[in-house]
Order: sequence, then C-alpha cells, then structure tokens
Amino acid sequence: MAEDKILSKTPLHKLHVAHGGRMVSFAGYSLPVQYQGGIVKEHLHTRNAAGLFDVSHMGQLEVSGENRAAAIERLVPADVNGLAKGQVCYSQFTNGEGGILDDLLISNNGDRLGLVVNAACKDADIKHLKEHLPESCGLHYLQKRALLALQGPKTVQVLKRHCDIDFDQFGFMTRRHAVLFGVEVVLSRSGYTGEDGFEISVDGEKAERLAECLLGEKEVLLAGLGARDSLRLEAGLCLYGQDLDESTTPVEANLEWSVGARRRNSGDFIGADVVLEQLASGTTRKRVGLAPEGRAPLRGGTQLRDSAGVDVGKITSGGFSPTLGSPVAMGYVASTCAAIGTKFFAELRGKTISATVVPMPMVQTQYYRIKN
Amino acid sequence: MTDVKYSKDHEWLTLDGEIATIGITSFAQQQLGDVVFVELPAVGKTVVKGDEVAVVESVKAAAEVYTPVSGEVSEVNAALDSAPETVNSDPQGGAWFFKIRLSDTTELDSLMDSAAYDEFAVEEG
Repeated sequence: MAEDKILSKTPLHKLHVAHGGRMVSFAGYSLPVQYQGGIVKEHLHTRNAAGLFDVSHMGQLEVSGENRAAAIERLVPADVNGLAKGQVCYSQFTNGEGGILDDLLISNNGDRLGLVVNAACKDADIKHLKEHLPESCGLHYLQKRALLALQGPKTVQVLKRHCDIDFDQFGFMTRRHAVLFGVEVVLSRSGYTGEDGFEISVDGEKAERLAECLLGEKEVLLAGLGARDSLRLEAGLCLYGQDLDESTTPVEANLEWSVGARRRNSGDFIGADVVLEQLASGTTRKRVGLAPEGRAPLRGGTQLRDSAGVDVGKITSGGFSPTLGSPVAMGYVASTCAAIGTKFFAELRGKTISATVVPMPMVQTQYYRIKN
Repeated sequence: MTDVKYSKDHEWLTLDGEIATIGITSFAQQQLGDVVFVELPAVGKTVVKGDEVAVVESVKAAAEVYTPVSGEVSEVNAALDSAPETVNSDPQGGAWFFKIRLSDTTELDSLMDSAAYDEFAVEEG
C-alpha cells in the first residue's frame, strides 16, 4: 500500500506529529485523522468546550478587480454583490448542468473577494476561475497562509482573553482582522462543526506558534479529520466528493437557501436554467438526514429500498454519532418519499436494517447571532 | 499466566482444554480507534480457520475479524452489544469476542507467541 505520491505538508505538520497525530493521506496532504485521545473524545470535546483543527489544506484565494463581484456571480448562485464588507456566505461553483464543481465560502474582504475552497478541488477551481475571470480581475492564491479552526461553545471565552475585539457584535458568517496572541490574523465566525467558532487565517510561518498558544488554554484540545467528519455529519453539512458532486445540483442537495433571491430572477450563473427550473418544479431526488436503527453504522454507498423493495436512494455519508450515541447518515432519496418519518431499508452483512428520515441537522447547531 | 497465541490478522487466542477464547489485540484496537459496534457470530455455527466471523465498527470504518482456528462457536461475549467500547479499554481481557470448540488442534502450531507477535505488529504499524 505504498504511496508513490509525495504528500504535501501543512505548516502545522511538525506540531501534529509532536502531539501524536495519526497521519493519513487526505486530498494530497498528510493530515492527522486523530490524536491519541481518539475521535470520540475529540468530537465530544468540540461539542462541550473547544476543538482546534488544522484546515490549512483548504485553498485560500482572493479575487481583485473592480468588477470582481459580477465576475464571480457568473460562476456561483450566491448574491455576491450583496455581501457587505466583512460578510461571508456559502455557495457552490456550478457547471452547465447545474451540477456542483465544488462548494466554497465567499467573503467580501473590502478591496478583494475571498474564496475558501476544498483541498481536493483547488487545482480544478483555480483552472475554472482562470478560464472564466475577465482580464480585469486578478486571482491570488494565498499559498503561504495557514488556516486553523477553533470550534465549540468555549471558543469565544478563549479568544476574549487574548484578542481585544468586541465578540458580542461579531456575528456568524462575518470576518474581521484581529491580533491574537500578538499575531495578526483574520477571524471568520464560521466552521464545519455546527458549533459557534472561528476559522483563523494566519501567515504560515506564525501558525505553529499561534496553535501552541491556543493549545496552552485549558479549554482547547487538538482534533483531527475524523472528528471533523463526524461533527459535520451531525450538523447536516455536506462533504464534497461524497454528498456533493458534478452530477448533483444545489436544489437536489437541499442547498436552495444558498441561492440568492436576486440571482433567482437574474438567472445569470452557469447552469442557472437547470437550477431555476428545479426551484420552480422540484427535483426527482433530495438530500435527507437518516437515522439507522440499532447501533451499526450504515456507511456511504449503502443502497436504500422502500417497503416494496424498490431501490429509491443511496446513503452518501454515514457513521456513528458520538453526541447521540447512535448511527447517523445522510443520503439522496426519491423526492416522493423524502418526508420526515419515511422508513427505508438497507442490507448490512446479510441483515435488513431500517433507516428513518430525520430533520437536519441531526444535532442542533449553535451558531452565534448578535443579540440586540 | 495463561499462554496467549496470536494470528497475523491481529487476533489473540487462549486455550482452556479444547475451547479457544478469541479477541482482537491491543494493537488492532489502537489501529481501529473508538469501537462503536461489534457483530458476533451465532452460537453453534461451524467455522473454518480464516473465515470472517465477526465485524468491528469504529467511528470511521468497519473491520472484519477472522477466526484463527476451525471448529464450532460455543459462546459469544454478549456484553459487547451494549458496551462495545470495552474493546478499546480491555481488548485482551473483558472484551473477548467468541469461543470456539477446536476441531483441529494442529492449527495452533501456526500461531505466534507474544514475542513474535510484538515484532510482527511493530512491522505492520
């Protein structure tokens, strides 16, 4: 099972190894799937206190140029032009059939737009952007920046001690420049766990020192890719390549909330004809949350049948929920049988196991809203 | 101390007369991570050395457990149904998986002793 390909390392590689990270290959990077405490401990710690994740493998890009918002709007269904300075939104790059090439965060960084894309897609995304951006726009790949995520209910109390900004007025899906432990960072109140928390963009050379400072706080524990995956699954968040792909549209994926209201009228993004038609008339399949019976997880790829034995869908992500103490999954089923409470049947090692459609998120999200 | 034997598939085995008690090694549980579910064979089932007879599910993935000896399943550890995490906390004690009434004791000869297994596991890790 030797891998010929040399894996990229993030600026925190040494730190992962020093902290007992079990390094695995992920999207061309060597990253920790877990540390010594294990996935369940890291997962529950993030739900109860604060988990620190290295997400430096993700692509941090910026687009400059006067007409940057209009140029990016051609590629995504989000209302990019409507983003206030410091605001962040979730969107997708779509293809001509409305399928998803990648999902990403877009932010208004003032004189530029910020994009954070998936590691596995970033080369293709850069190519896609270069092909479609007009010459008046510049594309900047912030390759030397690291990205940390500090997630969990105690994140704010940790940051407050070492960062002099008003966190009460710092809403979910906004970003700000700040100085944290004396290091210049950009904080974005966002994440991939369903918890309140921040993604912290920092110069790669200062990332290790910053991470060690954060780890010195009693609330903070390192968490790996394993916990990141189980946390996002509980939160009902999609993983590109599993729950989203080029043959899946934002409407099928239950992401229509991310299609900007203005964009529904203008219809001027790639694949808009398909997406708008689906918004008007519905889709034949839909992404749903699922609760399998018993304790055995149903994994991605498991076929789902209705009570008559007809194939009606497939699980795309499935695992065990440490928070609920039971298996959870998400997948695509025929829209005609996607209602909450609908029961499907799956084969698992010769046994038939039922899985019931449940609301997403499977674990309540805790995003911070500004109180007046 | 009881004589413990080991297989290359990371199972351990102890012998009491013609009954072998089998579980997965400490090395195996470490590799798997947090165990959340164990599927055990039916009591009375006849199995052949190398058969897949149990499954361990961790948070991340499923792994098969093979029997290192042939015979009949005489007992399974039902306590693992409600407390699969014992596989992590006490892999070579309380978290035994199943017992087998041996049909061919010569199969034991191919298993490793503790020193040989430790060396083997280091290479695998």
